[in-house]
Amino acid sequence: MAFVWQFAEVILAIALAPLFVGWIAQCRAWMQSRSAPPLTQQYRMLRKLFSKDVALAQNASPLFRAAPYVLFATMVLAAAIIPSVVTDLPFARAADAIALIGLFATARVFQSLAAMDIGTSFGSLGARREMMVGFLAEPAILMVFFNAFLLFGTTDLTSLVDNHASHPSVIDPSVIFAAIAFVMVLLAENARIPIDNPATHLELTMIHEAMVLEYSARHLALVEWASSLKLFNYACIGIALFLPWGIAMHGEHMGAVLLALAALIVKLALCGAGLAMIETLSAKLRIFRAPEFLAMAFLVAVLGLLVHLLLGANPNA
Amino acid sequence: MLSLHLSQLDVQLLKLLAAAMLLLSFAMLSARRTQQLITLFAWQGAVLFLSTVLVAHEAGLPELYFSAALTLILKVITLPLILHLLIRRLGAQWDNEQLVNIPVTMLAGLVLVIFAFGLAQPISLLATTVTRHIIGIALAVILLSFLMMITRRKAVTQVIGFLAMENGLFFAATSATYGMPMVIELGIALDLLVAVFILGIFFFQIREQFDSLDLHHLESLREE
Amino acid sequence: MNAQHVADFLNTVLIHPLGLTLAVAACWPVIALACLLRPHSIRYVARFLFPAGALVCVAMFLCAGTFLISGHAPEAMILPLGLPDLPFHVRLDALSAFFLMILGLSGAGISTFAAGYFRSGEGTAPGLLGLHYHVFLASMAVVMLADDAYLFMVAWETMALTSYFLVTSQHRIPEIRQAGFLYLLMAHLGAVCILLCFGVMQGGSWQFTFSAMRSASLTPFWATVAFTLALLGFGAKAGLVPVHVWLPEAHPAAPSPVSAMMSGIMLKTAIYGLLRITFDLLHVRFWQWGVAVLALGLFSGVFGAIFAAVQTDMKRLLAYSSIENVGLIFTGIGLSILFAASHMPLFAALALAAALIHALNHSLFKSLLFLATGSVMHATRQRSLGKLGGLIRFMPWVAALALIGTLASAGLPPLNGFVSEWLLLQAFLFTPQLPHAFVNMLVPLGAAALSLTVALAAYVMVKFYGVIFLGQPREASLHEAHHSNWLERIGLGWLAAGCVVIGVQPQLALHATGQATGMLVGRAVAPEPSIWRIAPVAPEQASYSGWIFMAVILCVVAITFLAVRLLAHGRVRRTAPWDCGYPWQNSRMQDTAEGFGQPIRHMFGAFFLMERTLPSPADLTPRYRIHIEDRFWRVFYKPLASGVQRLADAVAFLQGGRLSFYLLSSFLTLLGLLVFLLWH
Repeated sequence: MAFVWQFAEVILAIALAPLFVGWIAQCRAWMQSRSAPPLTQQYRMLRKLFSKDVALAQNASPLFRAAPYVLFATMVLAAAIIPSVVTDLPFARAADAIALIGLFATARVFQSLAAMDIGTSFGSLGARREMMVGFLAEPAILMVFFNAFLLFGTTDLTSLVDNHASHPSVIDPSVIFAAIAFVMVLLAENARIPIDNPATHLELTMIHEAMVLEYSARHLALVEWASSLKLFNYACIGIALFLPWGIAMHGEHMGAVLLALAALIVKLALCGAGLAMIETLSAKLRIFRAPEFLAMAFLVAVLGLLVHLLLGANPNA
Repeated sequence: MLSLHLSQLDVQLLKLLAAAMLLLSFAMLSARRTQQLITLFAWQGAVLFLSTVLVAHEAGLPELYFSAALTLILKVITLPLILHLLIRRLGAQWDNEQLVNIPVTMLAGLVLVIFAFGLAQPISLLATTVTRHIIGIALAVILLSFLMMITRRKAVTQVIGFLAMENGLFFAATSATYGMPMVIELGIALDLLVAVFILGIFFFQIREQFDSLDLHHLESLREE
Repeated sequence: MNAQHVADFLNTVLIHPLGLTLAVAACWPVIALACLLRPHSIRYVARFLFPAGALVCVAMFLCAGTFLISGHAPEAMILPLGLPDLPFHVRLDALSAFFLMILGLSGAGISTFAAGYFRSGEGTAPGLLGLHYHVFLASMAVVMLADDAYLFMVAWETMALTSYFLVTSQHRIPEIRQAGFLYLLMAHLGAVCILLCFGVMQGGSWQFTFSAMRSASLTPFWATVAFTLALLGFGAKAGLVPVHVWLPEAHPAAPSPVSAMMSGIMLKTAIYGLLRITFDLLHVRFWQWGVAVLALGLFSGVFGAIFAAVQTDMKRLLAYSSIENVGLIFTGIGLSILFAASHMPLFAALALAAALIHALNHSLFKSLLFLATGSVMHATRQRSLGKLGGLIRFMPWVAALALIGTLASAGLPPLNGFVSEWLLLQAFLFTPQLPHAFVNMLVPLGAAALSLTVALAAYVMVKFYGVIFLGQPREASLHEAHHSNWLERIGLGWLAAGCVVIGVQPQLALHATGQATGMLVGRAVAPEPSIWRIAPVAPEQASYSGWIFMAVILCVVAITFLAVRLLAHGRVRRTAPWDCGYPWQNSRMQDTAEGFGQPIRHMFGAFFLMERTLPSPADLTPRYRIHIEDRFWRVFYKPLASGVQRLADAVAFLQGGRLSFYLLSSFLTLLGLLVFLLWH
């Protein structure tokens, strides 16, 4: 039974991820008074890309051709680990939150290596910027998980959701700090404004788009799908950490699962709107302001940690 | 009376406000624009006001309501207003300060926070108030404001740093001993007001003299 | 019959593991002497004796491995060698067995590779090279087996000398001679510190066996002095900042298998020594020691990673990356000391296990990468990153195996480098529970420094692999890059297999550390919940499964590939890469190694001493030059060197050249000693 849930959850993530990205794009368009693309735009794009012929650079190596599959696979694995609807998942114990950082790093390194493979200037430019954002974001996200560990005594997302359910609603200040830091990292890691602009093709500013410039057709489709899955996964991690209410617990029946599914969709819709709001309200930063942005994320997470250590020691004063 | 039991929710809320206070201090440390800084200062005052009201309510000390009201009038409304007017008159509202490396300043700030927390631990063991855990944060706010004054070079920001430091002191007093005696508080409030006026006049003098509010011009005043 | 033999053999191993280990180690000197029989025959020395040495390494690995798994009690022996009243003591326990296992495992791969790598014209006659190489191996084994200070120092110095000769095997090049000299100097400074440390630890008993030192009771002051000396001495060998300066000079100077050996194994002898002295002989007395080691380790980690990111020579890049990894190992040790001295044995065991596994992992992936650079250098005669590129098309085997090393070194799951870093981060999670004010707030920030180091390592590794193997060849000559030979591939493959196996089945490594952590801090990490995953503290706290990672990723790749082929199509059209509307680009216009390091230079400028000359826009032959120097040279070593020079000048008058003057000073010394005797 657990494996059925596992499989269903993975399929759900793969299917919903493009929709989530489409939803954010739609919210953004509304907020910016533009006419929005249809929600299914991402799916149409994927279908179009899968049907095209691959235009592959003459000197592309096997690494370049394998990377989209690896990227997609790492993101699917991450989706299998993160409890988004049910916690009763056999693969969820394969990694705690810290190992998930490692998994995302694997995807990042593969994408950067593939970007350097053709040997065009844009590729390596994007690769080194991506790696730069990566090494700035990792300490910050680690501190977020450190906060979660101090609050719930675990970095395992499943146990975290379970523990959260058993101690309802303690508004610890460190949770708020951690949440702010997490959102900042999410924006940076998923190539969103203010670090990167997913809709740009302006050379001087792009990161993600520069890396995938040489990809086309099915390879590009897989890369894009993987990056929407990444955003989806990050959103689900955020939900598991900060808004876990509603996720079906160990061994619950069908009704609870359906409820959990509905809760997930509502939460994702809200998260998506929130992200669109942030992206609408902020401007793209210069690339060398990115360290500042991520240093702030790190700082906020560490402050949460310190505040917890000082104030959380004795809650009853 | 001092060991009155605070309800769980209020403690949570108070901690939250304390944390917000700390966060605002860091935001001030990294803010680039003077105008932004004044807004942040006003927010800090507002948080201070709220936490004072909360402590007053929970500890049942009516005189604390007075200091809360004083905070609201002085630090949330009057001083920011004066400062806003001042920078508009000085034409300094878009002043953009070239700060020393922000991440490095932030790290220095973090170290200060840890130092303050460590320092406050023995003090908070001595204090008997329900809010004693917040002393560390208040101390950190004072030190961070000091750090802000060190890293800034514009005259207006120096004054804001000074005012923020007073915020921290007030916060420390509220949390450690439920505030200072009323007379002292009133005196300090008056001092602040006067100080801001005098410093405002100074700004005009400095600008007249050097055509700028950058404090490094003052270096030329020393005796050779 | 056959099974009987095997059982008998296993019995012998289990009953006399120490004797067997010594016998195996003794094979290396025999091979070394055999090298001298036909010192100029490359076929005899390289193709015949080096593989034999590799087999001995495998035997050593098996010996040490069985000892660890069987949980045999420590075994000691007194050899009938050495000084009259100070015979050699040897001892095999879990700690030495663990490090012998590293020696065997990595040594086997390196020796096999070396068999294919060495060819005539390496500067030194192959026979001499083989002699030094195998004595070097044997001396490292003896360092780990020694049970008295005398034998330890003899082996330690033999190790330093033989490695010095190996580093300077191309002694006709002045830079290499210089690098070798620096190495020798630092090695001896370190050795002096270790010697003094032993002097302190014997505590007036004049007993130099380790068992005597173990029971000696030192005052806190002298224990701290001994610890500081050990940290300095072993730190100098391991490449800990600030005594790291020899490492980025000596590693690139040596032939690649020797660099691999030094970085992969020799640095670990220093880790071994520090663990032996701090935990086993000094019994971790104060948590402040842990803070010192932790701080130095974290600083070395960040420092090494930052410097590696701006290097343009591939072996120097790897050398700095070794500093970074040594920093991570020291971080684990420091954390373990901190926990152990605060009476938290489980977490101490966790941190120590992480450090030990990282030592094992580093020896595997760093050897692999150094050897891969060796193949690249032989194939292209280039070592500067600026002149390489695109080699994945000409050397697919080396590129594929180096990719495994690269990913492992970048600390990515499901390979081995990730396992140890994950364990270390898990250990960090418990630091807020430390019972010391300030420390429990500052140390958690170390986790951030650690993750910064690991992420920077990934940056460095992307640069390393991307610039060498990916992109377009930056020189026309690279098109003629030839394949590596099969012995080289076997060597690389052995190490890569090690990286993968430990990555997907970390239980093996964790289990192997159990004995050692049990011996040093009194317990092992929690037993794993199943053979599929590890959970160092508790399964509901955190767990990791390399198997699931590997299996799911491979399955999804396969399924996706098939699905895309079935549901869509597999058509490919080869075209030129997009040139941005500027068709005059050539391969020299690619991003360079310097370019890739630019964000790091921009962000961490304070670490470097940079000298940069930029061309003017009107320059017709523009040249960009950047020189990056280590600040430690300026602030630490230059004053020291000039001080020593001044001192030497001051006493130079003694060397007047007149024989009678020398005789007079000898005579006066003799008289002085006689008077001293009379006095007592």
